[in-house]
Amino acid sequence: MKWSSPVRQLGLAVVAFLVVAACGSSPGASASCNAKTATSATDCGGIDGLVTAAKAEGTLNVIALPPDWANYGAVISGFTAKYGISVNSANPNGSSQDEVNAFDGTSNAPDVVDVGQAVALANTAKFAPYKVATWNDIPAGAKEATGLWFNDYGGYMGIGYDSTKVPGGVINSVADLLGSGFKSKVALAGDPTKSNQGLNGVIMAGVANGGSLDDVSKGVDFFKQLKKAGNYVPVVGTAATVKAGQTPVLFEWDYLSTSHGKDVSTWKIFVPSNAIIGGYYSQAINKAAPHPAAARLWEEYLYSDAGQNLWLKGGARPVRMAAMTTAGTIDAAAAAALPAVNGTPQVPSGDQTSKASAYVVANWSAAVS
Amino acid sequence: MNRSRRLKLRIFRTVVLLLMGAFFLVPIGAMLEFSTRGNSVTSPRTLEAWVQIAQTPGLVKGIVTSLQLAVITSLGMLALLLPTMVWVRLRLPQISRIVEFICLLPLTVPAIALVVGLKPLYIWININVTPSVLALAFAYLILVLPYSYRSLDAGLAAIDLKTLSEAARSLGAGWGTVMWRIVIPNMPSAILNAMLLSVALVLGEYTVANLLNFQNLQVEVAYVGLVNAGTSIAVAVGALLLAFVLLMVLTLVGGRLQQQNYVPGQRA
Amino acid sequence: MTAAGSPALDTAARPTRGGRLSLSWLGVAPFFVYVGVFLLLPTAIIVIGSLTGPGGGVSLANFAGIDKPFMLKALSLSLSVSAVSAVAGACFGALLAYAVVTGNPNGMLRRSIMSASGVLAQFGGVALAFAFIATISTVGFVTVFLKDHGIDIYPNGVWLYDAPGITLIYVYFQIPLMVLVFLPALDGIRPQWREATESLGGSTWHYWRYVAGPLLAPAFLGCTLLLFANAFSAYATISALLTNGGSYVPLQVQALLTSETEQSQPGLAQALALSMILIVVIVMTLYALLQRRTTRWLR
Repeated sequence: MKWSSPVRQLGLAVVAFLVVAACGSSPGASASCNAKTATSATDCGGIDGLVTAAKAEGTLNVIALPPDWANYGAVISGFTAKYGISVNSANPNGSSQDEVNAFDGTSNAPDVVDVGQAVALANTAKFAPYKVATWNDIPAGAKEATGLWFNDYGGYMGIGYDSTKVPGGVINSVADLLGSGFKSKVALAGDPTKSNQGLNGVIMAGVANGGSLDDVSKGVDFFKQLKKAGNYVPVVGTAATVKAGQTPVLFEWDYLSTSHGKDVSTWKIFVPSNAIIGGYYSQAINKAAPHPAAARLWEEYLYSDAGQNLWLKGGARPVRMAAMTTAGTIDAAAAAALPAVNGTPQVPSGDQTSKASAYVVANWSAAVS
Repeated sequence: MNRSRRLKLRIFRTVVLLLMGAFFLVPIGAMLEFSTRGNSVTSPRTLEAWVQIAQTPGLVKGIVTSLQLAVITSLGMLALLLPTMVWVRLRLPQISRIVEFICLLPLTVPAIALVVGLKPLYIWININVTPSVLALAFAYLILVLPYSYRSLDAGLAAIDLKTLSEAARSLGAGWGTVMWRIVIPNMPSAILNAMLLSVALVLGEYTVANLLNFQNLQVEVAYVGLVNAGTSIAVAVGALLLAFVLLMVLTLVGGRLQQQNYVPGQRA
Repeated sequence: MTAAGSPALDTAARPTRGGRLSLSWLGVAPFFVYVGVFLLLPTAIIVIGSLTGPGGGVSLANFAGIDKPFMLKALSLSLSVSAVSAVAGACFGALLAYAVVTGNPNGMLRRSIMSASGVLAQFGGVALAFAFIATISTVGFVTVFLKDHGIDIYPNGVWLYDAPGITLIYVYFQIPLMVLVFLPALDGIRPQWREATESLGGSTWHYWRYVAGPLLAPAFLGCTLLLFANAFSAYATISALLTNGGSYVPLQVQALLTSETEQSQPGLAQALALSMILIVVIVMTLYALLQRRTTRWLR
């Protein structure tokens, strides 16, 4: 038979290729660490096994982490300096919704995300469970039981403003913003239908105007009136827009407001005493992460004392703060420099945030268009 | 033309060109001014924002991606469109109207509307063909069809395609030789024009890339705009000036090529 | 039989039935397949998606979502900004085109204006949005310059993000587009017409009012329509400028595609897209008809 020999050789080559490929496609197997299914560092032979596996991957994909957001710039460079793993930071000003939208199954997808409550709760099916070494320091209400998401840092929603652009140089209540001296000046730091920060801005406005954590309609109405008065600017407030003067009055987290001081020396923060809305962000690992070991190592790093203190330096309140203060590992100077809170903070629960998000998604376009 | 009319025309032209010149050059100048500002009102001019372009990895990646897309799209457009148009002219003249209609169809479908229909298609492509950003070339080829078609059509109309191809074929040339050694060398400015229009469109394309979650040059520039106003404005004005220079080079080169390629007996 | 035009020669030149014909069609198959997949299929998805009701059958339920006040407001704002910028762009663009066409056809002025027009018309709205932020935002060059000379261009608040600002930015790329599409029509003006008018005793006014004007009118109108379609479809500029949403139809499409609002109203994005396509198709059909009238005289 004329074709049998080359066909047989080809068949052998194909089989050999497949065997080699199969062996080669599970890099972690040889390091006794299947990072994709590891639910804690012990599954990977301890933190050292995890470090080895992560270094073998060599890269980490993150998303929506602006360098001046809670000192993420230092967090990222600290991680790279410590482990030699390079970090690809995509879409720095993306919203929480944008982050999970980027889970496209490709090698460019983010390995880890830092999202708001509503998005975390709505997307648990896309996350992989993981418990960091310091898991027990995280309060029970601030994490999902199996480790699908866990809070990382938080702060309070405030209104940052350039005192030279505001009538009277000071804001005393949220209702002030409806005045005529605020034409085209007031902005949100994110789209409330996609961004956790935007959503909490609306919640805060609602609570300050007689609403409650269960009823965000007053917040949406407030922005409707703001738009009608011509005071609302449809621009996402960021460090760049603050510096360029496009968003002189901005609803944003207090820890972000403090970072604008270096660009605008007259920048002040106002937190309404009757509406101190606290909000935490949550970490989650992509179930289909392109670099699963690096992703888990990143989480270990963030929840180590070093990582938590870096966030604290950025003005945010790290989730392990209580435990670290007791243990004396907290950065005392940074803790003392946190913005003061005069009143009782209110922190929306997961349910309240989801409900508010659903209401805003359904009614926001109609209100501010 | 009498003297007073000539004078009036000259005044009209001067006024219009001055006003329009100001209207168009002021924002370009403002961009250059903004991108060279120092940190505060009193600090000196600096090229910091421009230097940052090379140091922003996203931007560099976006530039490379867009250049790759531009090359793939313009070559793909030529490979798809030119043989088809030649074939239609020679063999199927009855469907030339249909081909023309199809090629001009993308003008009637706004990109923002088309992307609504492209989204499910691209989800499929992402999983089954390739997740790479270069898959955008598929959509870009459609977007450049109208401009390329018009350009290539004008070029093909100016050469006597039937005679040239029949002569070549009767001398034993295959279709490949006809395309490569007869058609293409005889319409250099039309091809160059079509390619350059494609390149300009791809480099400036934002809508489809943004809504399909890909990062090309314009998408990265928009991201940078949220982070660093000075750098984003530097990239924007740099890209505009670069494209202008490219187009100017084309008009100068194209003009010279047009003069060189006089084919005896061509239809005017 | 060797008479010229013999049947044998004629048949050889034309595609014959049977095998020869199907081979010819094979030559254009790649083109049609490609266009079918990447242009006709998405359009079909839009059409089918928008006409499929929540239950699964054919219905116009999705279009009911457009009937909300904020959607209608976005539609009217998009239409009005497009119309105003088209008319302004057409008028100024025509003047500029005339100033260019009356100069040296091979001169540097014409070349550079055509190149600049090509860049500005084609290049992309993101750069233009930033150009205007650099020029007339609150810290823009022109704003600061005028303020230093005592003129405040924002006495009642920043209008850059409202209709006047968006219209101004649109005019910035409408004028170059007008120059590009109207210049060929102006090129078709023959000097003989002017001479004929003068020899019959007509003045410049007569020339424009009775000769060149009516001949150029279809071209002018057609190009204005093209500008309108261009502004209506524009997305990049307003997306880069109004980063937190705005009352324009393309931004509503964006919101439906990227946030969770699509979950609550599936099919609305397709309905909106189809409406946009229909509006642009109508405008472009009128443009094509006017172009045909134009080329009769101005070839």
